Amino acid sequence: MPEPGLGEGAIVARGLTKVYNGKLTAVDHIDLDVMEGEVFALLGPNGAGKSTTIGMLTTLIKPTEGRAVVGGYDVSSQPEMVRRTIGVVPQEYTADEDLTGWENLTFIASLYGIPGAEARRRAQELLEMVELSRFARTKVEAYSGGMRRRLEIAMGLINSPRILFLDEPTLGLDVQTRTAIWSYIGKLKEEYGMTILFTTHYMEEADLYATRIAIMDRGKIVKIGTPRELKESIGGDVVTLAVDNQAAAVELLRSLGVDPREYEGSLVFKLRDASTALPELIRALMESGIQVKRMEVSEPTMDEVYMEYTGRRLRDAQASSEEMFAMRATLRRARS
Amino acid sequence: MSDRSHGPLHGIWAVANRELVKWYKVPFIIGMSLVQPILWLALFGKAMNLGNLFTASSLQIPGLNIPSQVINEIGRDVMLRIFGTSDYFSFLAAGMLSFIVLFMSMNSGMTMVWDRRLGILNKLLTTPVPRSNLVIGKALASVIKSLVQATVVLLVAVLLGMQFGAGINPMDFLGTYAALFLLSMGLSSLFLILALRATSWESQMMIMNLVNMPLLFTSNSFYPLQMMPWWLRDVAMVNPITYSNEAARGLLLATPGVNIYLDFAYLLAFAAFFTGLLAVMARRMLSR
Repeated sequence: MPEPGLGEGAIVARGLTKVYNGKLTAVDHIDLDVMEGEVFALLGPNGAGKSTTIGMLTTLIKPTEGRAVVGGYDVSSQPEMVRRTIGVVPQEYTADEDLTGWENLTFIASLYGIPGAEARRRAQELLEMVELSRFARTKVEAYSGGMRRRLEIAMGLINSPRILFLDEPTLGLDVQTRTAIWSYIGKLKEEYGMTILFTTHYMEEADLYATRIAIMDRGKIVKIGTPRELKESIGGDVVTLAVDNQAAAVELLRSLGVDPREYEGSLVFKLRDASTALPELIRALMESGIQVKRMEVSEPTMDEVYMEYTGRRLRDAQASSEEMFAMRATLRRARS
Repeated sequence: MSDRSHGPLHGIWAVANRELVKWYKVPFIIGMSLVQPILWLALFGKAMNLGNLFTASSLQIPGLNIPSQVINEIGRDVMLRIFGTSDYFSFLAAGMLSFIVLFMSMNSGMTMVWDRRLGILNKLLTTPVPRSNLVIGKALASVIKSLVQATVVLLVAVLLGMQFGAGINPMDFLGTYAALFLLSMGLSSLFLILALRATSWESQMMIMNLVNMPLLFTSNSFYPLQMMPWWLRDVAMVNPITYSNEAARGLLLATPGVNIYLDFAYLLAFAAFFTGLLAVMARRMLSR
């Protein structure tokens, strides 16, 4: 029996928290409401807590605190019912390299208790969908990265899940393969109408494919909305200026009511109605003897949205790889 | 879809079947794991033929004129009293069945370590198969491999001249397999328990290498309990391999003085305890 309580959505979380070893807080009291049929993205850098969140929602990781209901079942008290309802495509490859693609699919089908004839029909259908039929009898060790990813997706769908979790489905793939993977996911969505929750640290993927996005940073959800809402919430276009006297320019801009910040030697700020307001600003700058060397106006991108809510560019967050490795090592130790 | 019936044994056979498919796809490994016990049988078993020590041709004391019949009779009697059979080769062959079962069962833990390292475990854990059934399926695969290998060892032993006791019948074989099944179930579970949290196959290998010889030499696989010093005998009386050897020899060689009920009771308790412990520990330790 589905557990009543938290809410109506396909995935509902309240105060969901994971603390490893009593000291490392990977996920910090997050609330989520993913509606039936949504394609929901968790966006954030490595170590933001995306994978731990998915781990808890898919019953792999026990929450330290809080509750989550997936497909109507509580992840803590009814984990086996949750597992029957969902499909999971984990971040790492999970297919058995010693077996063929076909054998992997039928094996996973047997773990779901799908009878033989139905399992074979389904395996065939899925292999066709991800265009691996030709390699059905090839051992997985001979597959390329993109092929393995596609097989993983097929494996995640073998039980016709109502809710599909994809953890970094395109991690480490080249641009063409990433586009191809997303076209398969799009096809699936159309055909089966399932709810999809995916994590990514590629801005453009969240922007293009998600109906709603939750931005995660340091274990917290800092903002949730549709891509459009998120971009509009910034308030205006993004202007980048390169000037010869930055200190003076900052002072002048502040007096005119905009709040520039320095980024890579340029000034970046938001401006409402930039097409009419910007010439005014430039004139004001010129009149004070400040030379504008370069300027750029852009619609806000997810990158700017991210910067607005986390104070960092996603690229920067990504760049501190040392911090990331330290974090990963800690996580690994905490989990083992 | 989600209303598919899932009995309490759901997934056990699916998990075991995968291990078996992977196993019989690589006949090379199957062959390699047979080399050790067959070498023991063919070389050690044949060369250490203790029965030949007390025969008229090997025993001639100058100045004494003992009739050869007397020597042969003494030899037979000594062998029977110590080994329960007049043929050391047959004694060893019966012990080799537990030997191969031990070697095969120890590998159960390795499949766990590999599944974890290669990420397969993460997939298994997101399926509706209960954690306990995942590991019991692995134990079962290991048991089946053990019994298949034991059959090969038994056939080789027969070809090399193993002699069964008088009046042997199919029930004796069935009983031997039952004893080996219980031994293997207990050992496989034990090594899976050790691997539940293990991430390095090196340490798993080390554990295997560390315990296999002590387990063998503190059992009656190579020599009977009667020949052991008291302290070793006490240890051997705890070792489950001693009991499966007793059962196998009592049934196949008709060695006297075997309490078959005690042997089965001990093996059953051993298997039940470690299988139960494995199921409980898997539920607790396979979630983070």
